[in-house]
Amino acid sequence: MDLKLRVWRQKGAGDKGRMVTYQVTGISPDASFLEMLDVLNEKLILDGDDPIAFDHDCREGICGMCGMMINGVAHGPERATTTCQLHMRHFADGDTIDIEPWRAAAFPVVKDLVVDRSAFDRVIQAGGYITAPTGAAPDAHATPVPKADADAAFEAATCIGCGACVAACPNGSSMLFTAAKVAHLGLLPQGQPERGTRVVEMIEAQDAEGFGGCTNAGECTAVCPKGIPLSLIGRLNADYRANLLA
Amino acid sequence: MNTTARPKAPGAKVPKRRSRTRSTVALKLLMAVTGLLLVAFLFAHMAGNLKIFVGAESFDHYAHWLRDLGTPLLPETWFLWIQRLGLLAAVAGHIAAATILARRARRARPVRYAHRPRVQGSYAARTMRWGGVIVVLFVIYHILDLTTGHLNPIGDKQHPYANVVADFAPERWYVTLFYVVAVVAVGLHLRHGLWSAARTLGQRTVAGERLVKAAALVLSVVLVAGYLSVPFAVTTGLVK
Ligand code: HEM
Ligand code: FES
Repeated sequence: MDLKLRVWRQKGAGDKGRMVTYQVTGISPDASFLEMLDVLNEKLILDGDDPIAFDHDCREGICGMCGMMINGVAHGPERATTTCQLHMRHFADGDTIDIEPWRAAAFPVVKDLVVDRSAFDRVIQAGGYITAPTGAAPDAHATPVPKADADAAFEAATCIGCGACVAACPNGSSMLFTAAKVAHLGLLPQGQPERGTRVVEMIEAQDAEGFGGCTNAGECTAVCPKGIPLSLIGRLNADYRANLLA
Repeated sequence: MNTTARPKAPGAKVPKRRSRTRSTVALKLLMAVTGLLLVAFLFAHMAGNLKIFVGAESFDHYAHWLRDLGTPLLPETWFLWIQRLGLLAAVAGHIAAATILARRARRARPVRYAHRPRVQGSYAARTMRWGGVIVVLFVIYHILDLTTGHLNPIGDKQHPYANVVADFAPERWYVTLFYVVAVVAVGLHLRHGLWSAARTLGQRTVAGERLVKAAALVLSVVLVAGYLSVPFAVTTGLVK
C-alpha cells in the first residue's frame, strides 16, 4: 500500500509545531499502524532526519501507552481497538491519513505525537486506591461478591488509561476515565471504606489538572479501546451527589 | 499505564484546587436541577397556552387567574411574583453554570485538531450552548411582547387573547418565524438536556439510558407541538 501521511511534528514543548507530509510506500495491509510508522521512521533515520516520536509499549492492546488521533478519531477508525492493534487493511491504497497527538491542556505535548499523561496518575493518586488489606489470592474467596457486581467492576477495570476519552471529548474531559476508576473500586466490598471520599477527591484532582466537565456527548465511549460504557458516569455522579456536602 | 517519570512540560500550570460546590460535577448538578425546574414551568405554561383553543373568555380568565393565585393568603399578584423570582433565579443559575463550564471546556483544549470529523455527538448535544443563547434572546423579546406589552401591536393587558391573535397575524410572519426557531431550539435543548439531567442526577443503567432517551424525545416533541400549535392556529385563521 502507498499512503500519504500528514503528521504533527513538534520538536519539544516550546516548539510551535506543524503538520508535515510524508509518502510511505510498500506497506503491507497486515502491518499494524505503529509498524507502518516504524517503516517511515527507518526511512527517516536512514535519510538523517529525526524520526517521529510516538508512545508505545506492549503493542498488544493492554498497556495503554499508544494512542494518536488518526483522521480526527482517537485510535483510528476501528471501534474498541488501540492504535497498536489497528491494521493497515482498514485503510485503502492511496489514502491520506492525518495523524495528531491527543489535544488537551492537561496533556501537554512532549514531542511530536507523545503527550504527558501524568495528570491521570495524579487523579489516581487522589483516590483511585483502596486501603483494605486484601490478603493473598485464596483470601479472595472469603469476601463474596455478587456475580453482576464482579462483572460490572471488571468491565470498568479494563480501562487502560490511554487518554482517548479526553482526546475525543469536545470538553477535554476525563470523566469516563475517572468514572471507570470510581465504578471499578466502588462496586466491590473492598472499595467501600473510601467510596465517599474517593469520588470527591478524584473530581477535585481532575478539575485541578484542567480537564473540562462532562456534557454526556458520548464521544469518549465511542472511541474507548475497551468500550467503557458511558453509564458509569451516572454512577460517578450519584456517588458525588451523595457525598457533595458530606 | 502512564509514566510519571517524564518531566512536566514547561508552561504546564500548577494544579489549582477549588471549592467542592464549584466542581464541574456540582455545577452540572445545578444545571440539572435548575433546568428541570424550567422544564416544569414550560409544561405548565404550555397547558395555559392551550386554553386559547377553548376561547377568548377562557384564555383571558386563565390569565387573570394567574394574578389571583395565592389570594387571599397573599396579596394579589404576590404569588405570581414569587414564581417569577424563582424562575429568574433558576435561569441565572443555569446560565452561570453553563458559562463557567463552557469556559473551562474551552481552556481544556487550547489547541484544536486540524482534522476533526464528528463521531458520536448528536446535533442536539452539540448545540446546547448556542441553542441556549437563542432561547434567552427569545425569552427577553417574549416578555416585552406578551407580558409587558411593549412590543405587541395591541399590548392590552386586560385582553391577552387579542394580543396573541395580533402577534401571529400572517403579515407578522417574522414574529412567528422567531417564535418557531426559539421553540425548536428549546425542543433540541431538551432532547439532549432531559436525558443529560437524568444522567447528572445519577441515572446509570444501560436499559434506563434507552428509556430516558426515549422519554426525553417524547417530552420534547410534545412540548414543541404544544407551543407551535398556538401561532400556527392564529396564522392559519383557526383562532381569531
Ligand atoms: C427554557 C429554558 C431552558 C430549559 C428548560 C433548560 C433545560 C436544561 C436541562 C434540563 C439541562 C440538562 C442539565 C444536565 O445536563 O444535567 C440543560 C443543560 C444545559 N443548558 Fe439549558 N435550559 C434552558 C435554557 C438554557 C439557556 C438559556 C442556556 C444558555 C445560555 C442553556 C445552556 C445549557 C447548557 C450549556 C447545558 C449543558 C448541556 C449538556 O450538559 O450537554 N440552557 N438545560
Ligand atoms: S502499545 Fe500497549 S496498548 Fe498499544
